[in-house]
Amino acid sequence: MIETSLSTVLAAEEVSTPFQLAGTTWPDFAWLIPVFPFVAFFVILFFGKRMRTSGTVVGIVAIAASLVVSLGVFSQAYLHPGFVEEKKVILTPFGDGRLTLGMKVDGLAALMFVIVCLVSLLVQVYSTSYMDGDSRYTFFFAMLSLFTTGMLIVTIADNLMLMLVGWEIMGVCSYFLIGHFWEETPNSNAAIKAFLTTRVGDVGFMIGIFILFWGAQSFEFSTIIERAESGEMPRNLVVAGTVAIFFGAVGKSAQFPLHTWLPDAMAGPTPVSALIHAATMVASGIYMVARLYPVFELSGPALNLIGVLAAITMTMAALIALVQDDIKKVLAYSTVSQLAYMTAGLAVGGYTAGFFHLLTHAAFKGLLFLGAGSVIHAVHSNNMSEMGGLRRYLPRTHATYLVGCIALAGIPPLAGFWSKDEVILDAYWAAGFGHPHEDVATSPIVGKMVFASAVVTAVLTAFYVTRMYCLTWLGTYRGKGTPHESSAAMTVPLMVLTVPAAVLGFWGSPLWPDAHNIKRVVAFAGQPYHAPELLPIVAGTSVALAVLGVVVGFAIYGKGLPRRDPTLHMGLVTKTLQRKFFLDDLYLHAIVRPTRSTIAAGSYWLNQHVFDAPPNLAGKGAVLAGRAAYAVDRNVIDGTVNGSGRTASFTGRALALVQNGNVQAYATGMFVGVLALAVAFAAR
Amino acid sequence: MHLVYPTVLAALLFAIGVYGVLARRNAVLVLMSIEIMLNAVNINLIAFNAWLQDTLLAGQIFGLFVIAVAAAEVGVGLAIVLLIYRTNETVDIDSLTELGDAQGAQRDAQLAQRGVDRSAAGAGAEAQVR
Repeated sequence: MIETSLSTVLAAEEVSTPFQLAGTTWPDFAWLIPVFPFVAFFVILFFGKRMRTSGTVVGIVAIAASLVVSLGVFSQAYLHPGFVEEKKVILTPFGDGRLTLGMKVDGLAALMFVIVCLVSLLVQVYSTSYMDGDSRYTFFFAMLSLFTTGMLIVTIADNLMLMLVGWEIMGVCSYFLIGHFWEETPNSNAAIKAFLTTRVGDVGFMIGIFILFWGAQSFEFSTIIERAESGEMPRNLVVAGTVAIFFGAVGKSAQFPLHTWLPDAMAGPTPVSALIHAATMVASGIYMVARLYPVFELSGPALNLIGVLAAITMTMAALIALVQDDIKKVLAYSTVSQLAYMTAGLAVGGYTAGFFHLLTHAAFKGLLFLGAGSVIHAVHSNNMSEMGGLRRYLPRTHATYLVGCIALAGIPPLAGFWSKDEVILDAYWAAGFGHPHEDVATSPIVGKMVFASAVVTAVLTAFYVTRMYCLTWLGTYRGKGTPHESSAAMTVPLMVLTVPAAVLGFWGSPLWPDAHNIKRVVAFAGQPYHAPELLPIVAGTSVALAVLGVVVGFAIYGKGLPRRDPTLHMGLVTKTLQRKFFLDDLYLHAIVRPTRSTIAAGSYWLNQHVFDAPPNLAGKGAVLAGRAAYAVDRNVIDGTVNGSGRTASFTGRALALVQNGNVQAYATGMFVGVLALAVAFAAR
Repeated sequence: MHLVYPTVLAALLFAIGVYGVLARRNAVLVLMSIEIMLNAVNINLIAFNAWLQDTLLAGQIFGLFVIAVAAAEVGVGLAIVLLIYRTNETVDIDSLTELGDAQGAQRDAQLAQRGVDRSAAGAGAEAQVR
């Protein structure tokens, strides 16, 4: 039923595809997608304050235009799976290669365009209400536009250097947006932490870029993939490059051990959390790996490393989510855990599965974050201990939030189930159970590890989602005042996101026609493809475990907050989880404090006594020179200036006498002048 | 025809025009004198075009341009003269000296005597004096 309605929508797009302009198709215009929000950024920044709507309309219209083009590109990708459109302008030769400005549009990019533009559009509409009355309202919207530009550049890039540009634009926008309420120290600290932590990963990314360039003599994805597959690129460089470049994804996509910035980044406004920390920026790491996936496939050690980190991250983050009281922190840890599902998918050879999970996750996590924002807006608190019973006060938010929760918990037939199941299935094959369709470079031990943690995390996910749902919506209201439903600008985006959160999963299910399902659209041209499958034993297990988690959750929290929250009374375990496995303490004592005390003190001394000596001398010299210059200035220069002023004034008076108003006198002057010139020329 | 005839004619016409512009007091006649000068120039252009046997006919084309510009100029000029007549009831150029600063220079001198700097006093002081 739902499926047929979707296919009518897609059939309607098919009609619009013959949009032809002298032989051009939608992908020829893909470069416009990042251009619109980029222009909007400057317009909002320079003229936003003077507009009646503070520039919000500019941003919304720009991103809506991008969304339209994205949908056009996507229709092409949907109808012709495996198409690739590449265009480039060569900027400069670079070593043996060249630096280009180019775009590579294929199914992967087309999908990413749609999801980024859609979520960004909804978040901007939502923010017009959520951020209303904020003192930096215009700047906030300018930053949202610039951030979207960054993500779209990452998506469209055909080479690693251009991707790095978008990557860093996002980094700096993330810094500004997390620290939006910088008047409070924890917020600006969180912004600095996010910036520096992702920067650590970026060092790896840069090293990875240069190793791959060294090996392939090119920054372009197509060339790197081609040279890696043909064996032109030495094997050890492939391994070193992929491992290093994955480190960038670890930072950006918040994987262990660099995940600690993401939960702290919840200090930013909630729409920002929805856009950056759920749907787009954190997905860029996954996207980058997906872009280079054929290279990763050749690099067993890199895949094993990704698998181990993903297994650790997903379980650890899901465990920490159990003891959180802040609703946004629950969602943040859930995001870390779900991102690990995506990287796990990449690790076990199921890059289409990982990317599918990215898509569905963007829909339902964006929905959950925006829903949480609506709740926070209503009760003026982030803490679930001050919520409860909101079902009656915010009926619309509740209905959409429920859909998001079910999708996240992985209960069929909502989106989360299908994508998570694909990842678990790929892990199942990589672990050596059953017969895989193709050989995977991942070792079976890592495969088993990923499979085990994916299954455990499925239970934990269902449990913490149920806990969050019950504490927020069931029982009696424990906060202050009377909550009220949010405005339409906030609830409508929620309803829009409910649709993909509910039905997007069918697209990657065996129910969808094989020729057009997501795995076919996303698959690299010329790469082996296998259709989505539903293995009863795997799907049955994951559903049973998810239901188990939900049932246990309801048994404990079904009537609202119990007198003794069991997750908070587990002694050492609770303490470990609340301290986030002591990772922050480790970083603080092992890295931050030593740096601050010894290195900082040492460099201070060096700075004061060695580096400052020449500047001090120069300063004293400058003071003397300044005194001398002052004297000269007073007597010589000022005298000249005043003198010239007086001269001008005097000549002005004298010449004013000539201007007597008699036009013929002027004409006589002109004529005499011309005559004099003529005589002068003739005499020469 | 030798070049000397048209050039002498042009020179005479131009001299008449210059005399008219510099000496006539009627604005309409001043405009007409300007026209005479322009036509003197036209004669020169045509004459030299023929003398040099220019294949591109630059002189003739330039002459056409001058005629077009002259037409536009005389249109604007006559309109200005009409408006001047309406406001001043005269087209005597000698009496039209409102744009001159001779009175201004006198006023400056008066103000300087009273110890007021004109630029500092501004528009208010001017209005008082007037």
